[in-house]
Amino acid sequence: MIGGLEARVETARGGFALAAELSAPRGTTALLGPNGAGKSTLVAALAGLVPLAGGRVAAGGRMWEDPAAGIRLPPRDRRIGVAFQEPRLFPSRTALDNVAYGPRSRGIPRAEARSRARAWLERLSAGHLAGRKPASLSGGEAQRVALARALATGAEVLLLDEPLSAQDIEARSAVRRALADALAGFDGVALIVTHDPVEALTLAERVAVLEGGRIVQEGDAESLRRRPASPWVAALAGVNLLRGRLVAAGTESRLECGELSLTVLPGALAAGAEVAAVVPPRTITLSLEPPRGSARNVIAGRVASIDTTGDRARVTLDTLPPLTAEITRKSLGELGIAEGIAVHAAIKVTEIETFPA
Amino acid sequence: MRTPRLIAGLAALAAVFFALPLVGLVAETPWGSAGSALLSQQVMRAAGLSVIASTAAVVLGLALAFPLAWVLARAHFPGRRWLRGLVLLPMVLPPVVAGVGLLTAFGRRGLLGGVLEAAGLSIPFTTAAVVLAATFVSAPFLVVTLEAGLVGLDRRLEDAAATLGASDARILVTVVLPGLRPSLAAGIALSWTRALGEFGATITFAGNLRGRTQTMPLAVYEMLQTDAGAAIALSVVLLAICLLAVVAVRGGMFREPT
Repeated sequence: MIGGLEARVETARGGFALAAELSAPRGTTALLGPNGAGKSTLVAALAGLVPLAGGRVAAGGRMWEDPAAGIRLPPRDRRIGVAFQEPRLFPSRTALDNVAYGPRSRGIPRAEARSRARAWLERLSAGHLAGRKPASLSGGEAQRVALARALATGAEVLLLDEPLSAQDIEARSAVRRALADALAGFDGVALIVTHDPVEALTLAERVAVLEGGRIVQEGDAESLRRRPASPWVAALAGVNLLRGRLVAAGTESRLECGELSLTVLPGALAAGAEVAAVVPPRTITLSLEPPRGSARNVIAGRVASIDTTGDRARVTLDTLPPLTAEITRKSLGELGIAEGIAVHAAIKVTEIETFPA
Repeated sequence: MRTPRLIAGLAALAAVFFALPLVGLVAETPWGSAGSALLSQQVMRAAGLSVIASTAAVVLGLALAFPLAWVLARAHFPGRRWLRGLVLLPMVLPPVVAGVGLLTAFGRRGLLGGVLEAAGLSIPFTTAAVVLAATFVSAPFLVVTLEAGLVGLDRRLEDAAATLGASDARILVTVVLPGLRPSLAAGIALSWTRALGEFGATITFAGNLRGRTQTMPLAVYEMLQTDAGAAIALSVVLLAICLLAVVAVRGGMFREPT
């Protein structure tokens, strides 16, 4: 597949207007947004299930829909794999035959379709569910089967709507890793819809933020953190995401991440676990001298960049990985913080939230 | 609200009203001679014709009812309510009126009489007329159940199938029809039973010719004048078949209270 997904989706459904311009290159893009932003409607429009009122959708250099030109490919001609927010499994078919349905619809012989389906179920830790009917599956199990069904299509464009939302804590990290592996080996465009920034930042290289029916920002995690386009992005997507390993150090737990080593509260996570930690920039304080407060994590670094919006400034340090702190413009001026200046960043242990990666 | 005693008592009276004719039939059946009466050539031929005609009426009814139920459930067009009324009319029409109507449409001097005669076809008073009459009165039951079934289907499953690359035909066979199975079962049982019991339209449009157009209900009517015991025995057989069909349908149409 050459080229990515280029879409300008204009549609109105039930008093809600969607006017979203989205471009997703090959690889994985997360579509992030609050509830009610229009994410599922956008997916339905891209899949060809909701007609466009205006705009156009093209993928891999082929026009999928262009109302002005009277072009509208039906869903089956779009080579998509869709995992809807609700599983939508066929109730009279076993999990295996649900997953085999896509390949069978493309004319692949039954035996081959089934062996492909079995392989996908196993990758998503659902191999033992192959013979079960959907009614006997839990929400999380049904979602894994639905995800396998979308992935088994051999599609060029994957549209995965909240693919991990129904997974409980134990299953979530295993399924996320399996999904990340599958996406790493995927040659097309994957769009993952989520309202969870951790999910977006751990699964995708790029993030597009949908708010109120419009794409308000597109870019990688770094650009979202440094220059969030809206308060919602700043609060949720503009966070420091640190991925590393949990180690025990005496009575404390430390997160080893790049050159950083932070004291954290391990919660239910065991030493040696792969973890992701989220640190909101507004919880980081900066000072010129080493602070002598209660914050147990103090990191020294130089200011790599400063982005100001309104009366706030987001200051990014040259640490590895980079950390971003949000301070007022007034503090910035009073401390004389400028690019290249050496500063100390203080982070309270209780402000670091950890998740299994 | 729990069931008050008054309502329970009235329900019991109502049940007696519906049960009495059945009890009468069973009580009045001359069980000694019933066997030979039921095995008579007239009854066997009537039973055979009834089963064949009712089954043919259901098959023909499905071919007519499925597309009608589909457009009533899913298409938007002016006059949809009138179309539904037209299709359901035979359910409430006096069957003899239906028979007269069929004569005026397909009879030798009817609307299509000339066309049919030119094609060398004459329908009234043939087995084909029995099937047409039964179809006319029984197919509405299929339309009703299939339309309700189609409205109740989760169309998101059809969308999912479309995104998986399924053609319309494949979606119909693999998603829609399996979802309609309870409605189909209920509709087939109801319409088959209705076709089996058809009397008025049949005797008007097809007549009462032994071996050609005399179905079981017509045989019961004729035998009542010559051999009442045999008529009663045959009635019990018809009753048993209908009871089985209604009980079998119940699961598909009504939920048991839990």
